[in-house]
Amino acid sequence: MATKTLAQMKPNDEGIIVALRGTGNIKHRLIDMGLVPGTKVRVMKFAPLGDPVEIKVKNFDLALRVSEAATIDVEAD
Amino acid sequence: MADSKANSIRIALAGNPNCGKTTIFNNITGSKQHVGNYPGVTVEKKEGECTYKGQEMMLIDLPGTYSLTARSLDELVARNTIINDEPDVIINVLDASNLERNLYLAAQLLELERPLVMALNMADVAKEMGIDIDIRKLSEMTGATIVSTVGRNNVGTKDLLDAVIDVAREQKKPGITINYGDVLEPAIQELVAEIEKAGSITYPIRWVAIKLLENDADVAKKVRVFENTERVLAKAEELRNTLKDKVDLEVVFQEFRHRYAVATYTASLKGEAKMQDTQSDKLDKILTHRVLGLPIFLFVMWLMFNLVNEIGAYPQGWIEDGVAALGEWAKTVIPAGQLQSLVVDGIIGGVGAVLSFVPLIVLLFLGISFLEDTGYMARAAFVMDRVMRACGLHGKSFIPLLLGFGCSIPAIMGARILDNRRDRMITILVSQLMSCSARLPVYTLFIGAFFPVAQRGTALFAVYIAGVILAVVMSKIFRKFLFPGESEPFVMEMPPYHMPTLKNVLMHMWERAWLYIKKAGTFILAASVLIWFLATYPQDVQYSQDFDAAREQVTQTFDAKDDALLAQFGINTSDGKDAVMAIVDEMTAATEEAEAAAEEEGDDEETATAEEVTDEKTVEVLEYMSSIRANANDKFDVAWAIYLNNQERDEQISLLDQQEASEKIQGSYAAMIGKAIEPIMKPLGFDWKMSVSLVTALAAKEVMVSTLGTIYAVAADEDNEAPLQVYLQQDPSFSPLVAVGLMTFVLIYPPCFAAMAVFKREAGGWKWLAFFFVYANVLAWVCTFAVYRIGLLMGFH
Repeated sequence: MATKTLAQMKPNDEGIIVALRGTGNIKHRLIDMGLVPGTKVRVMKFAPLGDPVEIKVKNFDLALRVSEAATIDVEAD
Repeated sequence: MADSKANSIRIALAGNPNCGKTTIFNNITGSKQHVGNYPGVTVEKKEGECTYKGQEMMLIDLPGTYSLTARSLDELVARNTIINDEPDVIINVLDASNLERNLYLAAQLLELERPLVMALNMADVAKEMGIDIDIRKLSEMTGATIVSTVGRNNVGTKDLLDAVIDVAREQKKPGITINYGDVLEPAIQELVAEIEKAGSITYPIRWVAIKLLENDADVAKKVRVFENTERVLAKAEELRNTLKDKVDLEVVFQEFRHRYAVATYTASLKGEAKMQDTQSDKLDKILTHRVLGLPIFLFVMWLMFNLVNEIGAYPQGWIEDGVAALGEWAKTVIPAGQLQSLVVDGIIGGVGAVLSFVPLIVLLFLGISFLEDTGYMARAAFVMDRVMRACGLHGKSFIPLLLGFGCSIPAIMGARILDNRRDRMITILVSQLMSCSARLPVYTLFIGAFFPVAQRGTALFAVYIAGVILAVVMSKIFRKFLFPGESEPFVMEMPPYHMPTLKNVLMHMWERAWLYIKKAGTFILAASVLIWFLATYPQDVQYSQDFDAAREQVTQTFDAKDDALLAQFGINTSDGKDAVMAIVDEMTAATEEAEAAAEEEGDDEETATAEEVTDEKTVEVLEYMSSIRANANDKFDVAWAIYLNNQERDEQISLLDQQEASEKIQGSYAAMIGKAIEPIMKPLGFDWKMSVSLVTALAAKEVMVSTLGTIYAVAADEDNEAPLQVYLQQDPSFSPLVAVGLMTFVLIYPPCFAAMAVFKREAGGWKWLAFFFVYANVLAWVCTFAVYRIGLLMGFH
């Protein structure tokens, strides 16, 4: 068990969200999409040019930029 | 919903994006729907109606949203429609295969305290994924009436409408409140009491209390309008200050709603659903693959571009031919004169300009709905985001920009795929810098006239690349100065892939094409008539000579020559004369036929040069002539002489016609404008002739070629540029550098009236159109100035 940001994870890594460090609109949008602490996430893949990243959360796929993923702390399995 | 009938049920349709809401809307309303805008904002409003079991219903399709905050325009519009219009029933469409997240929006709808019916959609997909939902339990937890539907197959629509009628009749509200826990609940109760004391607020009270504690700016603004609410706002402020130390007020309410969604989902789930790779995930692994992703994306874009521009060119050509034929027919019905000119050149020409874009728009939206409905659009944005972000744009912007190389109109309309207004506006503003195909004849005219053969390809490529580079620069400038502030987070759902339904795609296509005809059509028509007027009036131009008399004289001279020839060959009887003239007519007809055949052949082989076409024609004419000679025996020589005589006469008359047209346009209002703006254009090296052609080319770029042709009194259009090129080369005011300047100007300034009409509609009004017009012209001037002056300094002329 180690805490890292979502951006540092690799495809197929899974973990539990522990904190969101972003602010303002971005943080609200992430929470609206279900990225609340305690939620399980899995990194699906990175785009061909390395950014954005696609994750699976609450059984659906979500794309977000690496800079935004870096504001999400995850406890990796 | 102001125009609703008293006895009809007013329904608002709410739900997440990609939950199948639009399909259900289409299932219920069929073709009885119309699209408009919400008052004062550019969010699109879709309404429809239906009659079921004798009951009239009015539906409004709210924007698809994940939440109902005041942070996004779509969400605000959806929320305000519910609290202001108070629909009789809300239908909340939920994606059963993705229920947990969908319930988060449902939680916020519950708080608005309107009668609620839930359509548990995509039940089939959910079943495939092993998700089995206990509808009774879900109904218990949400207080809503629940109907299971499969929108794609039109399953459950009747059950849904039955439920709507029941719920509307009983005005059955959910009556479920979300528990916000021991810390927040006392504060909510306290504020509710304060609001009740004020007694003036007509919105759902508990919802107002929660929103005030959440520090929702829009609700605070609404509350302020009511009487006696100062105490309420002060109380909210005070409560927020005490709560602030105990909880993270910014997000705590959202977290509790998620808790409610999780609890409700878990309770209604039979068995256990696991995170597993679906078929969709497997497909996605290929389509957005690290290596294959980009090539696949480029291939899809290539298909899309060809669908719109290459395939679209055929029906576009048919419509143009049809309109041209209509114009020819009108010429035979209306006597020559000003009325004929107005009808043929002004109105029929304008209608043609409107209609010729319809096939492109239909095909564009065929492509776009296919990409959106299958779910590939989100992947395209995913793949391209890194590149487009570097230009300050969104991943999806790539698609409209690419389309701009074909035609600016589908590009501007295609920008609708962008959800965020800022991204949409920047994309629309720079899309016209992607050089459209109508500008190509202008480039080939100048490049052909002033560049050596070996450099022509490079020169053309350079123009296109210059447009792209300028677009990147301008989008960065717009992002920084015109639309500053925090950029929209790129947090995008990647919906599962599925086959689109034919009905949805067709309805989408029809809706867009009709909107274009209705909204842009009148504008384009009016503008076309205006340009016709400017180029045709005033009628009383001071000509250098009496052209009618000159033509009469030419005719008389040649008639006399004919008579002389006949006498010379000893043909005196009228029978003999008629026989000769019959042969002459045959020769003339043969020439015309040969011309038409040669032209067609030239069209078939795009590579054929003007000389090749002329050679072809000569060969054909000679073939015809020898066959005529065989039949005409002794009369051939005299007929041939008269035929040549006639050809010379026609040539002289058409020279006079061209000279007259040239003098006429030089005296027209368009020329006056051209001459008036000459001082402004002079620093760019442009004379009045170029200025006039730039003015008329505002109607459409290819018009520039025909205007220059008219001014130089030479028969030329975009299909036959060679004769005009000779004149341009001989004109001392033209030079290679001036030609480059003109191409720069044409690349940047507004593409055509049709594009401006569409721009006005998509950007939201005259104010933006005015901005666009000024911006594009100023930018064109500045860039051309730079090109011309730097060119002069470098020793070009």
